[in-house]
Amino acid sequence: MNNRTDSLAQLKRRINALSRSDRPEPAGLFTLGHEAMDVRLGGGLARGALHEVLGSDAAVASGFALMLALRTLMPGVLGKPILWVMTDRAERQSGRLYGPGLVELGVNPDQLISIHAPDELSALRVGADILGCMEVGAAIIEAGEAKKLDLTASRRLALAAEKSSVTCLITRAPGTVIASAASTRWSVAPAPSTNLPGNAPGQACLHVHLLRHRGGVAPFDMTLEWNRDDILFAPPAGFGPVFVPAALPRDLPAPVERRQMAA
Amino acid sequence: MKNALRLAAVNEEALALGLSPGLALADARARVPDLRVVDHDPLADGALLIWLADSCGMYSPMVALDPPDGIILDITGCAHLWGGEKDLLSDLAARLTRQGFTARIALAETPDRAGAFARHGGEVIAINRRTPPNRVNEARSTFRAEPSHWHSSPQDGPHLPVAALDLPDDQTVALRRAGLTSVAMLAARPRAGLAARFGKGMTAKLARVLGEEDIHITPRRHLPALVFLHRFAEPVARTDYMLGVIGELAGEAEIELRERGEGGRHFTVSLFRSDGDTRRLTIETGAATRDPALLIRLFRERIDSLSDPLDPGFGYDAIRLDVGNTAVLAPAQTSLDGRAQTGEAVNGLIDRLGTRLGTGRVRRFASGDSHIPECAAYTTPASAPALPLPWAQVEAGEPPLRPLHLFDPPQRVDVIAEVPDGPPRRFRWRRGTHDVVAHEGPERIAAEWWKRRDGHQSGKGGLTRDYYRVEDSTGRRFWLFRHGLYGAEQQNPDWYLHGAFV
Repeated sequence: MNNRTDSLAQLKRRINALSRSDRPEPAGLFTLGHEAMDVRLGGGLARGALHEVLGSDAAVASGFALMLALRTLMPGVLGKPILWVMTDRAERQSGRLYGPGLVELGVNPDQLISIHAPDELSALRVGADILGCMEVGAAIIEAGEAKKLDLTASRRLALAAEKSSVTCLITRAPGTVIASAASTRWSVAPAPSTNLPGNAPGQACLHVHLLRHRGGVAPFDMTLEWNRDDILFAPPAGFGPVFVPAALPRDLPAPVERRQMAA
Repeated sequence: MKNALRLAAVNEEALALGLSPGLALADARARVPDLRVVDHDPLADGALLIWLADSCGMYSPMVALDPPDGIILDITGCAHLWGGEKDLLSDLAARLTRQGFTARIALAETPDRAGAFARHGGEVIAINRRTPPNRVNEARSTFRAEPSHWHSSPQDGPHLPVAALDLPDDQTVALRRAGLTSVAMLAARPRAGLAARFGKGMTAKLARVLGEEDIHITPRRHLPALVFLHRFAEPVARTDYMLGVIGELAGEAEIELRERGEGGRHFTVSLFRSDGDTRRLTIETGAATRDPALLIRLFRERIDSLSDPLDPGFGYDAIRLDVGNTAVLAPAQTSLDGRAQTGEAVNGLIDRLGTRLGTGRVRRFASGDSHIPECAAYTTPASAPALPLPWAQVEAGEPPLRPLHLFDPPQRVDVIAEVPDGPPRRFRWRRGTHDVVAHEGPERIAAEWWKRRDGHQSGKGGLTRDYYRVEDSTGRRFWLFRHGLYGAEQQNPDWYLHGAFV
């Protein structure tokens, strides 16, 4: 009997040792600065993971990816380089990144390096190389309608990201949703901004929809405004203070579902 | 005699039959009925000369062309790699013979003297493919036996006729008529008199042919700071082995560079194929380096990404590594945990990606000194040193005034406006109609009239642009402009979409 428990404990220890060496320490979470959203997400999004951004509007999708990349650098390491991989086709479609426009979103263009891959496959290869480098702050890959970014390819990227704890943001066209190893998947759309006096368009405003979360957070959608001066997401101006629950229980069903049950 | 076909060049057999360059083709055919004639093609000859000059790069990096039919090599400091000057020349002669060339090779202190001996000297090596092997060996042994001829001193001028000075024809004839037939006879005369009769150029040329004055040749390629050569006893065809040799050369380069306290930014490997073909592979790094492991990785990347893969053919005879663009590189201080300094890993990544995709595909952003939106920012290769021009600052609390994505060139759109010089109301872009619900503008940006001819006169300074920030009913924000002021500059100005905001 005693012998058997001993061997069982030994086996358990061996399994533990194996699984721990296989899996590096999680790199922690980064917050979005929007309190209600951070609470919903259980503290923030995972660092050193893949996050997918779907959007039909290229400027909004890459803008959201850039904002998330800035948030990952937020506590203190803003100077780290952000590497942006794009394909020639995507650039022809949506125009080139514009330095003064990057400044307007709160990023110093000097810390950005753009890599122009001739096709999607080489963009993914470049992405894997970037994620192998620990000193990179964040990577943004414009995958477009990449059919090559399947479960295997995204798993490879996710493992590389986990190993180097570099956060990777992938923008892709909606409608090309293939199973992937991404930690979260977002859909973004432009949202009408709070107009300034004189009927002028206001701050960058976007409507985000969490489609999928590996940690089991229920899908939700929210309208966000980007605060360039403090580098954080904020509720759109003019909405007034938003009630923030102290802690949202994990297993609470989404309000929509509850209404359906009542009906 | 005009419009006659003439012989431009003849081979040795034809020369033996009494034919010579300049002879009319009809006369030549009359003498030798079954003469084989090929059209004279100076361009192809020039290309062949360049090809040959490239393959001579394995003897020395200082290679210059001496058109139409000469190549000058400066072998100063290179001969020891071949076991001495004689061995270098014999290897060169053997190589040229194998490739089927008829070559006359001469070695002297100055390029002009060597050229004069090669073209006009008496007993230089003249061998070709048809030369029987024993004759080639004989020729080689003659120049070994008589080194004085190859390493000529100013006294042995008598071999050279005055034609070796390459003077204009009338001067050569004048010299001959005066009874001065050889360079040595000229050398014995006082120079002042010669200069008075034939000009300063002639005495300068004489001094150079006599080896009294040295001019440096201008090499075909920019001279690298350091050159490392590895020769093989047998031609080598395996890529892995070649990479190993490149690694050894990089190791030698590292020792040399470490002693100098420098690193290189531009590395070229020249692969000399045994049939005379030369292949050059170049890598560039953003920061100066001397790390052999890094260089090997970059060269492997370069070879893998070649669109026209390496063709070793019958193998490579020699590999040369050139290190260029050297800069001071202080020994790197590694921190106690053995990690390299920050920034180094990212630089290495940029170099690696640049080698694979091309340095033009890895770019960083730079601010331009212009108020024209598309000129206010540009991108440069990330490996190039950055220009520290500051970015325009933004005002806190203001919404973004410049778009994230810029269309270059701007995209033409159809716009409906309430009044011709007013803001847009609705526009069509990419088959979609957008209703403008909010707008700001115009932000008037004038053309750079001072860069145009007569730009200060009205109507010649270029079209003014009126920019509007607009938001459509779905919340998408765009940057539109009207090209030309309504009424003043254009009767019916065009509209363009220049960018998209988040």
